[in-house]
Amino acid sequence: MSSETLYDKIWDLHRVRELTGGSTQLFVGLHLIHEVTSPQAFSALEEKGLSVHSPDRTIATVDHIVPTTNQARPFADPLAEQMLQTLESNCKKSGIELFNLGSGYQGIVHVIAPEAGLTQPGMTVACGDSHTSTHGAFGAIAFGIGTSQVRDILASQTLTMKKLKVRRIFFDGELQKGVFAKDLILHVIQKLGVKDGVGFAYEFAGPAIKKLSMEERMTICNMAIEGGARCGYINPDQVTFDYLKGRRYSPKGANWDLAIKWWESLCSNESAIYDDEIKFNASEIAPTVTWGITPGQSIAINSTIPNPASLDPGEQQIALEAYQYMDLSPDRSIEGLPIDVCFIGSCTNGRLSDLQIAAKIAKGKKVAQGVKAFVVPGSEKVAQEAEAEGLDEIFRNAGFEWRKPGCSMCLAMNPDKLENDQISASSSNRNFKGRQGSSKGRTLLMSPAMVAAAAISGCVIDVRKLFC
Amino acid sequence: MCDRCQKTLLLKALLTNLKLMNKVPLFPTGPIHKVEGTCIYLTGNDIDTDRIIPARFLKCISFDDLGKSVFADDRIEQKGLHPFDQIKNQKSSILLVDKNFGCGSSREHAPQALMRWGIRAIIGQSFAEIFYGNCLSIGIPCASISESCIKSLTKAIEFKPELLFTLDIDLEQIICEHQSWPLKIELGMREMLLSGKWDATTNLLQEKEQINRIKNSIPYINDFN
Repeated sequence: MSSETLYDKIWDLHRVRELTGGSTQLFVGLHLIHEVTSPQAFSALEEKGLSVHSPDRTIATVDHIVPTTNQARPFADPLAEQMLQTLESNCKKSGIELFNLGSGYQGIVHVIAPEAGLTQPGMTVACGDSHTSTHGAFGAIAFGIGTSQVRDILASQTLTMKKLKVRRIFFDGELQKGVFAKDLILHVIQKLGVKDGVGFAYEFAGPAIKKLSMEERMTICNMAIEGGARCGYINPDQVTFDYLKGRRYSPKGANWDLAIKWWESLCSNESAIYDDEIKFNASEIAPTVTWGITPGQSIAINSTIPNPASLDPGEQQIALEAYQYMDLSPDRSIEGLPIDVCFIGSCTNGRLSDLQIAAKIAKGKKVAQGVKAFVVPGSEKVAQEAEAEGLDEIFRNAGFEWRKPGCSMCLAMNPDKLENDQISASSSNRNFKGRQGSSKGRTLLMSPAMVAAAAISGCVIDVRKLFC
Repeated sequence: MCDRCQKTLLLKALLTNLKLMNKVPLFPTGPIHKVEGTCIYLTGNDIDTDRIIPARFLKCISFDDLGKSVFADDRIEQKGLHPFDQIKNQKSSILLVDKNFGCGSSREHAPQALMRWGIRAIIGQSFAEIFYGNCLSIGIPCASISESCIKSLTKAIEFKPELLFTLDIDLEQIICEHQSWPLKIELGMREMLLSGKWDATTNLLQEKEQINRIKNSIPYINDFN
């Protein structure tokens, strides 16, 4: 059993009491809600005659269903409009602050909370969305929950949870030029699989991680769940503190110094015990692209789609399903595969630095003929900052569409969808069958730089070739 | 699609609707000791929640209508051959699955859709974590089973689909007339189901003072003191 890790320390601090059967009642320090997984929770609360326990620890935004072209109200889609109206009314009734459209603070829930300084080291963060693991980048315990648990947290600011084991994933070396945080996490999921993290929190550590910016760290923790781990986290350090300094909800004045002192004390001790430890060398990671229908089915850009014989017997059946669905065959390279749509955005890679690197590649070039390419900033703030730098112009001039913030085609709950069996190069997090809005649509996950390179080339290409 | 296929599909849709109107047993309440019924087997590892309920069906403010859309895209693709469309499975309440069932999105719409279709328990080699917790919070037991046992269990239902089973939560077994298979139901899940405390809200609110004590002791809520 782990001890003295950041996970253990935060867990102990938020423990209300032990419940039957080894579960714990855990206090939630920051509850983030959105329009998709909260309406049924509010209804259930009302049925039980309960009110929201801690509106002061709850923040709402709207992201999944918002259109990214015309955001005028009422939305063209009446169901989407109904969902936002329900959220607005629930927040108003319960005194919950809503980062609504046009407020300057709206955006994807996992983008807006960190940029507002809401997410801080030492917190427990919960949200009815599996990518809540993102917030672990700050040294928080952050995890996705279902709607019944949203109800429980609204009612009590606590939930029932079993303590996870802790696996430290240690990275020596450093990422090479043209290789990004997205490649690192895709590589980890490829090596450990999509199930191996079940029952674990992942602590990402080592010199390669220390060198990463907060936005890169968020990309890594965001996809911990794709490896089965409900939480991923990184010990807070100077990079974390520099990011948080001066943000809207960050501690101010004398509290700032007290906060840093406390945050530093939370880091996993040298003598910490982990349930498991794995080492990688970040220098050996190449740009990585998925070829299949799970985020674990990926390859380095310069290698070939695996042959079933080379796979673990448990992975063979889903590989066969993937070849058929993706219309790809084993032993071929993914480089050169023509693509139809390029999507840059999502809670994984929709932040300013993601757009900056994509713009750097797109600058002065043109999107290949026949390719639809669009950029969806992760939040209104990201959009403002990108526009202030002229990134929108760079993208538009290159033939990309510049959209308004939202989850967009990561899960296609809004009008942004693949059609028929189109192939997308996507900076999002899931390549499941039908994920991007068409039951035959095919998704290749990759870094935003690789997506931009694919948009320009019209096919999957090693972005390092464009850097030279 | 030919006329005949279309008619078959329509018939299937009609059957599903009839089932939803008349046959779905009451949703779980209170202590749960046993789940009885026939089994439906869905083969394949890593079946994600986008497949269980595609995102377009999440545009709703209630779970009520999700039952008919469970596995919507897989069912269209398999043109009536999907286990959830086969006539022999229409009354099934125990779902058998392989490894890592329910991975991906945290949407509770996935177990809600399964429950509203008629599923009352899931037996599988392994489950994704958030899905597992979501099932517990609506009173759907998730029991794990070994690879060899699931093989023999599915063989038994292949031979006789109408075979009636009892999933006994206390005994951690699935039992039919002449045979039983061992299951593992995690202690926490078992105790919560047996005691009825899986419906967690009331239980969580029992110690309101303790919740507030913790809230008042957390540094980031109290000016880092």
